[in-house]
Amino acid sequence: MSDKSIASTGSHEPEHEYSAGLATIAADAVVDPGMEPHRVRMTDKSKKHEKAAARQVAAFFFASIFGSAFAIYAYFAFPLTEDLGTVRNNTLWLGLGIALGLLGIGIGAVHWAKTLMPDAEVSEERHMARGSEEVRARAIEIVRLADSESGFSRRKLIRRSLYGALALFPLPAIMIFGDLGPNPGDSLRHTMWKKGTRLAKDPSGLPIKASDVTLGSVFHVIPEGLSELEHHKLEEKAKAAVLLVRLDPADLKESDERKDWSYDGIVAYSKICTHVGCPVALYEQHTHHLLCPCHQSTFDVTDECKVVFGPASRPLPQLPITVDAEGYLIAQSDFTEPVGPSFWER
Amino acid sequence: MAFMKKTPKANRRSPFAAILVMAAALALTGGGYAAVTATAEEAASNSSVYTAAQIEEGKKLFLANCASCHGSNAEGTSAAPTLIGVGAASVEFQVATGRMPGQASGPQLEKKPVQFTEEQITAMAAYVSTLAPGPAVPTDEMVAADGDSTRGGELFRINCAMCHNAVGAGGALTEGKFAPALKGVESRHIYEAMLTGPQNMPVFNDANLTPEDKKDIITYLKYVESNPSAGGYELANLGPVVEGLFAWVFILGLIIAITIWLGAKSN
Repeated sequence: MSDKSIASTGSHEPEHEYSAGLATIAADAVVDPGMEPHRVRMTDKSKKHEKAAARQVAAFFFASIFGSAFAIYAYFAFPLTEDLGTVRNNTLWLGLGIALGLLGIGIGAVHWAKTLMPDAEVSEERHMARGSEEVRARAIEIVRLADSESGFSRRKLIRRSLYGALALFPLPAIMIFGDLGPNPGDSLRHTMWKKGTRLAKDPSGLPIKASDVTLGSVFHVIPEGLSELEHHKLEEKAKAAVLLVRLDPADLKESDERKDWSYDGIVAYSKICTHVGCPVALYEQHTHHLLCPCHQSTFDVTDECKVVFGPASRPLPQLPITVDAEGYLIAQSDFTEPVGPSFWER
Repeated sequence: MAFMKKTPKANRRSPFAAILVMAAALALTGGGYAAVTATAEEAASNSSVYTAAQIEEGKKLFLANCASCHGSNAEGTSAAPTLIGVGAASVEFQVATGRMPGQASGPQLEKKPVQFTEEQITAMAAYVSTLAPGPAVPTDEMVAADGDSTRGGELFRINCAMCHNAVGAGGALTEGKFAPALKGVESRHIYEAMLTGPQNMPVFNDANLTPEDKKDIITYLKYVESNPSAGGYELANLGPVVEGLFAWVFILGLIIAITIWLGAKSN
């Protein structure tokens, strides 16, 4: 760049005066140190080093040849069979062979350029971004010629129909955004649980009797009938998964409105973390703490699964349960609040 | 099930063949069922399989080694819980893995060198099983790793993997507690742990995980133990933290080293 500032006036356009407030300083604050003194390479100074470097480059290329040949050999020498363990040897040796084949070429080529190809250092001046007057005039001439030859300005019908075509072209892409929907509606607020749904074991779907749930037990629960769903089975499971625990009824601290939500110390809580929705399933039998494996949110099962540690901001929703005439555990209703992480309008 | 499968085949032969086949199938399934229930019943009430001498020996060992914490009648003290009703399975798990007798208090009792001989452990289990009914030790057939490993894998991922890791490599809990690695743990100890829920592990009784489920889970764990990982070196199977650390330190380090070499001038 020029070392003259525009504020110094006079050099480019002497007819303009700039106020000091608008001045930009074109001169670099740091002085250009110039080129480093050229250092001659060992390979240019001694024939011995030059020969050694040439041998090294060739050695890399030979290594590449060996690698590629080895990859072909490895493909046959480590075949994939029924045994899953063969995958690791096949991919390992085949991959190493191909990697050596490619790296050998690359490293050899760079080493060749750095040690043996001419070592002249060249500096190029930057040119101004603005073209010369002749170049600019010629460019305008070419555009005008193209316009007159194509008739772009003259042929209104073609021009306007082309504008229309270009304007409509992106619309289909925007249309596709419609597939991001439909809106979830109230599906975030409801699960498969309803009055009378039996609690069943995951994955067998067998209903659970209250007498099966002994003290200290943990059952991983799905609503009965989930396995028979034909559509959206995983979506429903992701919302309805429940953890069933039996505690000593004396350990439970229940608020008045939840007094009849448990059955003889058996409590059921949503397994979906209220932080970002991981399955909360690490249960410590003695502390009665329930841990989320993702971010270590900890819930106190004795105290309505309130958060005692970690980033979750609300307790796990409780599923009100009772038993039916045959002694199977059933839900009294759906969850009374949305399960899982917070979302808009909640 | 068995005779339903056989009926269509039999129709193509004489009617006597059908009767014969059905009789044979009934005898086989009935006999098989009787054999299975017999082993299950035998296992469920194996306090009767212990001899009076074993129980007597067990009581002596209990009074000498356990009573100071668990109470002279196993009724429990402020230092240790009651052993009435914990069953022989609990005693065998705790003592045969060296966790009991406990030596120092800490977040949890860990595996240690075993302090007693097999006979002594059986004797103590015999004594504790006479105090009240409790989970019995499994038979060798119940813990043989010849079940369905695929089904066992599914059950393991649903019931166990969140604490013990998907391949049983173990994992951390709160305040210094941890779920131990399951590699190299004896099948019967895995079975007994599921049945009794030692320390902070929940109980998985036979209504939750049936004896067949437990056998499948053991089969899965033994399969994972004896088969190499298809994905290459496991990095201790500890998951994304270790794998991420490896990628950041070694792979990124290699990329930086190559970049520096590319930009450096030759000597």
